[in-house]
Amino acid sequence: MVYQATYDETEAAEIIAEHEALEGPLLPILHGIQARFGHVPEAAVRQIAAALNLTRAEVHGVVTFYHDFHKEPRGRHILKVCRAEACQAAGSDGIADAIEKALGIGFGETTPDGQVTLEAVYCLGLCAAAPSAMLDRRIVGRLSEAKVGALVEEARL
Amino acid sequence: MTKLFIPLDSFAVACGADQIAEEFGQLLADRGLAVEIVRNGSRGLAWLEPMIEVETPGGRIAYGPIEPGEAAALIDAGVLAGAGHPKRIGKVEEHPFFARQRRHTFKRCGITDPLSLDDYRAHGGLKGLERAIGIEAEAIVAEVTASGLRGRGGAGFPTGIKWKTVAEAKGDRKYIVANADEGDSGTFADRMIMEGDPFCLIEGMAIAGVATGATKGYIYLRSEYPVAIAVMREAIRRAGKAGLLGASLLGSSHAFDLEVRVGAGAYVCGEETSLLDSLEGKRGQVRFKPPLPAIQGLFGKPTVINNVITLASVPEILAAGADGYKELGIGRSRGTIPIQLGGNVRHGGLFEAPFGMTLGAIVEEIGGGTASGRPVRAVQVGGPLGAYFPVSLFDTPFDYEAFAAKDGLIGHAGIVVFDDTVDMMKQARFAFEFCAIESCGKCTPCRVGAVRGYETVKKIIDGERPAENLALVEDLCNTMKFGSLCALGGFTPYPVMSAIRHFPEDFHGEPMRVAAE
Ligand SMILES: Cc1cc2nc3c(=O)[nH]c(=O)nc-3n(C[C@H](O)[C@H](O)[C@H](O)COP(=O)(O)O)c2cc1C
Ligand code: SF4
Ligand code: FES
Repeated sequence: MVYQATYDETEAAEIIAEHEALEGPLLPILHGIQARFGHVPEAAVRQIAAALNLTRAEVHGVVTFYHDFHKEPRGRHILKVCRAEACQAAGSDGIADAIEKALGIGFGETTPDGQVTLEAVYCLGLCAAAPSAMLDRRIVGRLSEAKVGALVEEARL
Repeated sequence: MTKLFIPLDSFAVACGADQIAEEFGQLLADRGLAVEIVRNGSRGLAWLEPMIEVETPGGRIAYGPIEPGEAAALIDAGVLAGAGHPKRIGKVEEHPFFARQRRHTFKRCGITDPLSLDDYRAHGGLKGLERAIGIEAEAIVAEVTASGLRGRGGAGFPTGIKWKTVAEAKGDRKYIVANADEGDSGTFADRMIMEGDPFCLIEGMAIAGVATGATKGYIYLRSEYPVAIAVMREAIRRAGKAGLLGASLLGSSHAFDLEVRVGAGAYVCGEETSLLDSLEGKRGQVRFKPPLPAIQGLFGKPTVINNVITLASVPEILAAGADGYKELGIGRSRGTIPIQLGGNVRHGGLFEAPFGMTLGAIVEEIGGGTASGRPVRAVQVGGPLGAYFPVSLFDTPFDYEAFAAKDGLIGHAGIVVFDDTVDMMKQARFAFEFCAIESCGKCTPCRVGAVRGYETVKKIIDGERPAENLALVEDLCNTMKFGSLCALGGFTPYPVMSAIRHFPEDFHGEPMRVAAE
């Protein structure tokens, strides 16, 4: 489960302090913030910039470059469905349609109750057990339309 | 005590292996059975995962694919003694998919407990590093050069030459970086070795450190690989505790430390200079070359950046000597290559063999054709930037130069199989779409070209002036091919043009100029 929490400067300071001494600490810090708060809000950008002696524009530029970091909160669960070639060859387009239908949202969208965000991912290294998906940190292979129901239900919990 | 092997590899875990291990653990405890569960890597027969193995007096007997909920019935059937069962595979070594392989880099993968250093040593681990420490820098580089090993990340650059440049470069600090970004669809060899034999990568990086004078290593590991991240981190922790890493490598005067850094979902960060910028905490944009990373790499210091498989191939080369490796393969492609079969394939998985098998033998004989049972129509080799090959090119030997001669590439050696329901125009459109999504934005041909290409193919799909738009796509491909800074923009034309060239009938039946060549 991705924890969507209100931003807390003290906790963020702890995350920053934990990684600050590393060479090139920015990505580990952003991963820490993203994991803890479910997103990297502007307040975090400001705080990180101050701590690392960077400009806010620099930190903002990094946050927006990577698919893993998000400035806005998303759903409580993130369902990533592989849309890359090996999964396409194994019928992932049909799986993706079925998931969109079951959730009532499209890729890049969040269900109105804030429960699930649906995202595309390009290869999970499960290409010989395709089609594949990842619900939060749990990987799922050999998806079939029959398995979609259970997966979507789990995401809705 | 009898051992029961239940893989921790992602293939197995994605199909329920954690739950299966839990079920067996519970049952063994309940019934007071003296059986030890070992979470091993994958043997590479992915279609049979989760594949469990029991150690019996007659050898290791495999069963698969196992599903959650089956444990009790399996134990009742006598599987723990190797009894007959519809899912009994027998000895993996005797399985045709395995028997035809030549395991060099993956020789331990799936056999050992990935996190046991004792197991690692017992299966030949650390011999390479021990020898490296004994013969010292120049001789190590000479050995790697003599083996003919070329980078497995895609470009096929000779590894020994890269190491020599870093060894000779001046720097108060040098780095070894393992490229574990493995973003190519159809590839999972890096993941499998990191999950199944992580000490092998650690050993390879330590040898690179001794060879070049580098004292710090980073593994840049993509965030899409949660299992590999966990296994790799734990292996590094254990290696440090055992003196395999740290201030004194195996008691020698060499220091080497290692850290895993997690990527953040950008395909382009697999490109080496973009990866270095990302490690430094910047946007993952491609750098202009020169300077080469070997001279000015991470934080401006001399840096070896190699693919995971390149590095993991080195310990065995050092342990057994370069000659045995060099003897394998064909032409300038020496040694073995872990081929990955994925997509719509009957027998998908990892197949390590010397270079030189034909594409057809790999797909039809090893892979067994499609999983759907329909005829194979196309295979994409080398990831999203690789060409689509039709069956008529199946006589192409698996070799860097042979693929290049047919306007393709072997890349990281992933093969994705498609049956005859594939629409090649859609695949061409996807190639542009992927490039547009993942472009780092530094150069115009790629940033703008990918979007224009996507729109133009879409028009052809919609039946809008197909001939004219097809010509436009060809033009665009030329611009991207020759005007892009890196291979993301520069190679996207490969899947696009190969689709058009080899499957003209999918493009509204308008064979274009190239088709007639
Ligand atoms: C867009 C792009 C993505 C790449 N992705 C990877 C990758 O995921 N893994 C990798 O090892 N090399 C990748 N490469 C190749 C690297 O730039 C580089 O050639 C390689 O890491 C060198 O190591 P090697 O000599 O051991 O192959 C990529 C290149 C490009 C242009
Ligand atoms: S080709 Fe694309 S990814 Fe490569 S440097 Fe140019 S814009 Fe960036
Ligand atoms: S393409 Fe979907 S897991 Fe590799």
